[in-house]
Formats: sequence, C-alpha cells, structure tokens
Amino acid sequence: MIDIDKWQEIFSSLGRHKLRTFLTAFAVWWGIFMLVILLGAGTGLENSQKRNFSDDATNSIFIRPGQTSQEYKGLPPGRFIQFDNQDFDLVSKLEGIQHITGRFYFWGSFFVTYQGESLSFDVRCVHPDHKVIENTKITEGRYLNQSDIDEFRKVCVIGDLVAESFFKDGEDPIGKNLTIRNTKYKIVGIFTDSGSDRERRYIYLPISTAQKISGRDRINQLIVELGDIPLEESLKIENEIKNVLAVQHKFSPDDREAIRTFNLAEAFQEFQTVFGFIRGFIWFVGIGSIIAGVIGVSNIMLIVVKERTKEIGVRKALGATPRSIVTMIVQESIFLTSIAGYLGLACGLLLVGGLQSVMESNDIEIEFFYNPEIDLGMVIFALFILILSGAVAGLIPALQAVKINPVIAMKS
Amino acid sequence: MIKLQNITKSYTTGQNTLQVLKGIDLNIEAGEFVSIMGSSGSGKSTLLNILGILDEYDDGSYTLDGTLMKDLSQKQAAQYRNQFLGFVFQSFNLLNFKTAAENVALPLYYQKVPRKERHARAVEYLDRVGLKDWSDHLPTQMSGGQQQRVAIARALIGQPKVILADEPTGALDTATSHEVMNFFKEVNDQGITVIIVTHEHDIAEMTSRIIHMKDGLIEE
Repeated sequence: MIDIDKWQEIFSSLGRHKLRTFLTAFAVWWGIFMLVILLGAGTGLENSQKRNFSDDATNSIFIRPGQTSQEYKGLPPGRFIQFDNQDFDLVSKLEGIQHITGRFYFWGSFFVTYQGESLSFDVRCVHPDHKVIENTKITEGRYLNQSDIDEFRKVCVIGDLVAESFFKDGEDPIGKNLTIRNTKYKIVGIFTDSGSDRERRYIYLPISTAQKISGRDRINQLIVELGDIPLEESLKIENEIKNVLAVQHKFSPDDREAIRTFNLAEAFQEFQTVFGFIRGFIWFVGIGSIIAGVIGVSNIMLIVVKERTKEIGVRKALGATPRSIVTMIVQESIFLTSIAGYLGLACGLLLVGGLQSVMESNDIEIEFFYNPEIDLGMVIFALFILILSGAVAGLIPALQAVKINPVIAMKS
Repeated sequence: MIKLQNITKSYTTGQNTLQVLKGIDLNIEAGEFVSIMGSSGSGKSTLLNILGILDEYDDGSYTLDGTLMKDLSQKQAAQYRNQFLGFVFQSFNLLNFKTAAENVALPLYYQKVPRKERHARAVEYLDRVGLKDWSDHLPTQMSGGQQQRVAIARALIGQPKVILADEPTGALDTATSHEVMNFFKEVNDQGITVIIVTHEHDIAEMTSRIIHMKDGLIEE
C-alpha cells in the first residue's frame, strides 16, 4: 500500500536535518560503493589470473634442466644438465603420463621469410602432444602429427597472427612455404590460442626435423600432461620424473637445482586458495564498512526518536497504535539505507562497468585486471542485505519509541 | 458515561511506594461539564491520565461508555483513545512542523480517513474555532490562545464522547482563558462530556460540577 502521508512524514523528517541525513546516507553509500569496487577489483584480478591458467592444460608439469648444486657419486657440483631424446623416451614410459612433448629452440634471433618479406617470429619445435598441453586450437588445416616426426618432414603450423602478417587479400596460407634459417617449411595448419597475443605469434615445427637440421639431439624443456587426477597423484608423478632423470643424469634426487619443475596443478590449487582468501577478505572488509554505515543509521534514528519524543507522545495520545509508530521509524530507516545503498551500488557498478567498457573499447590490457564483472545474484543479495539492515537499524530505535509514555513525553 | 469504582494507583520509586489514588468512586454522566480541582500532589493529573487511558490503574474498575477499560493492550488503548476521547493539554502539544490544518487532521489519520476528507474536515473544525484563515499557518506563527483553539479543534475532530483537558488555560491570560472556556461551553452544549483539570477557581466556577480532590481521594 502506498501511503502518501507516511512518505510525507519521512521526507519532512529527513528534510528537517539535511546535513545529518546526507552524512548518514553517505556512510551507507560509501560502504556499498567500496564493497562493489573491491569485489570488482577482486574478480578482475582473479579473472586475469584464471585466464593465464586456461591458456594451458591445468594438470601439466614443466621440466627444465638446471645446474647441479650437490656433489654426487664423485661428480662435482655445478654441472649443467642437458635433456635429449633419451630423456623424452624415459619420461614418456612412466605410468600416468597422458601427453608428453619436448620443446627445442633455435638459438639466436632470425627472420621468417615469405616471398621476399622477412618478419621476426618465435619458433617452437615440438611433439604433436604439444597441442593438448598448450590448448592450441586449429582453425585451418592440421597440427603436427607423428608422421611429421618420424619422417623428419619440413612442415610448420603457424599462429593466426603470423598468417595475417604474411598472407593478405585472402591468400590461402595452407601449402605455401615459409623460409626459416634457410630451410623451407610447408604450412600445414593455422591455429589460434585463448592466451595472450604472444601465443598466437608462434610457429611450430616438428622437433625431429629441427634437431636433424641443427645437428643436435637436444631438448630444451619437457612438458607432461597428466589428465584428470588429484593433486597428490600429480605430485607423486612429478617426484617419479625427478627420480628417473636423477638416475639418468647422475645427480642426487635431493638436488633441487639440477632440474627445475613447475607443477601447474599445484600452482592452480595455490591460486585458488589465495583467491578464496582474497574473496573472503573483501567480503569481510566490505560487510564491515556496511555495518559501520548501518550502525550510523541506527544511531541517528535513536537521536531522531529522542528528538521526537514529545511528538510521539502526542501521536500516541491522539490514537497512534504501537504498530504505526514502529512502521514510521522503521520505514524511515529502510528508506534512508536503501536509497543510499542503492546509489552506492549503482555508482560502484557504473565505475566498474565503465572501466571495463573503456578497457574493452580501447583494447587496453592490464595484466592484473581483466573482465571485472559483478554478477547479478550478488547485486540482488546486496540489495536484500541493505533493506534488511535498514530494518534492523530502525527496529531498536522504533521499539524505544513505542515505550515512550505519552504523559511524561508531553510534560517534557 | 464514565464510571469509576474504587480506583487505586500507586507509584514505586526505589523502595518507597507512593499511594496516589486511594480509592476513587466517581460517576460522570453523558453531557456533563465537570472540573476536577485540587492542589498539586492531590492525584488529579493521575486521575486524568487514567481517564484518558494513558496510564493503568492498580485496582478497581473503570467503565467508559459501557466498556470496561482494564488490561488493555497498547493497540486497544490507542483505539479507544482515538474513538472515545479528545485531549487538550496545557502546553497545547501541537506539532510545530505541521500546519494548523494538518495538526487538526492528525486524529483522523489514525482513524484511516482518506486524505482529502481529512483536510476538508480539519478546515471545517478550524472554522468552528474561528481560525479558518489560519489553516496553512504553522503553530509557531500563532498566539497561545490561537494555538489552544487549534488544539481544541484537534480534540473535537474525532467526534469524541469525552473531552479531557489538562490545565487548558494554564498558559493563557485571563481574557484568552475565558475565551477558551467559552469554547468548551459550546462543545458541551453539543452534548459532549467535558472534563477539565484545573487549579484556578474562576475557571472551575464556569463548569457545572466541581470535583475536589485531596490526598488521593474525592471530597465533593
């Protein structure tokens, strides 16, 4: 029921103390505003980190050779470890390895040439499983396959940004030859990647071909993917890989420097824990500031009741029921908190949303801030909290008002 | 209209119990014009509060227009006040941020009378007390006598059966006091029971029945 008189009462009551009303409302406004901004920033940070993870298969382990730090079986510390195809075979035979790839890099910088045009791109020489591990999506043609490896084929798969750079006016890159380090490679596929632009500027070659041409049986890095298994299993396999390689390269299994591993699943787990904490902290701070605002409202309503003691006494003498007194106070409190809170919510959303759209339309990428969305369910939840807290803030003063004895109130 | 039987009331402050009313028996018929007199501490204000259902009594019985007023909830008390009684106070007790008409209309608000009708009736009652042109003025812009007339209009608008006035002339000069008393007389002539608490003899003389109170008892 819309009761004009009640609203008039509220407006006139609030209007009689404009500064006080404004300051009280501001506290609530600020509380909600800060909560929204914090949540937006938190989500932005989380999304940006999540994006980095979604770039690769989450349950993978990266293994890089390092330098021994301990003496082992008469061998001095400080030896450089190097991986070769034997290591690849050893690790791929281990139980639980779903996918495995090596990575081999050409040393030094060089140009990639097509029909006289030379551009600089990064080249990775890999096994076919690299596709799964890097989450590469083929948009045209095919990825590298086992036959390419076995037969040392001179083929390549290029990122869509590479294709755009060389092939204009709708020219089909498939079947064309790129010249890399004086060798021609036939393009068999084009891919894209959900990660950063950098990922889409790669050129992939079969690792066997590259090793043969450079005359070295080297592997710079091994990456394995373990499929959907719990973290403990993943850590166990990581340990087994270390042990196998320790035996092969004669270093102590306790040597943490000889090879370096990076377990993405472990990192992801840590990441989720950290963000769980951050989210909890944001809510803690946000709810805290809202509570501060609500307590402010409650305090002011107590003062309002004190000021209006005589008026409430008169109203009671004229036939105001306790209920009408309570609703008068509570409604004013709910109105104040909801309006202030709603404005805070709107300003917060506008700021976060505006920032997002400015970033999108101007193609600005901030590494630690991506897609700072705030979901609708949370907004509704916040509004519900606001109305509820308004009612709670008004209830104590209202019950105080009901207790007012009209005789005493009017004598004062 | 009003029937009090052996009403007692005591206040407890700390360990002291003060017996304010020691057994009041009183009958007031419909249409009577009554004044209650007594020195301060005689219990006359307490009696008026009980009559106005603003305070509860300890023992005895109070019947108002045939209805027993005992063990009422706050809501019931509010409704009976609104339905049967009109109050006029010594300090007027108008709401300063509301216009004369809004003040007069307030009891009707609690009777859930629609807005427009409320205003029309408020202006009508202000007209009766000769303040029609002051409808849109705030109480602070009016003299004491005018404010009390607004308060009388407010007491009358709910068409009560009984008007209770607590020292209604206490804050007014003699001429204005007589003017206000004449209003009460007119109200009484319309058949409404009027009960005035006062300590001024000349005011009490203007009523048709004087009830003297002393030490919590009536000595008529």
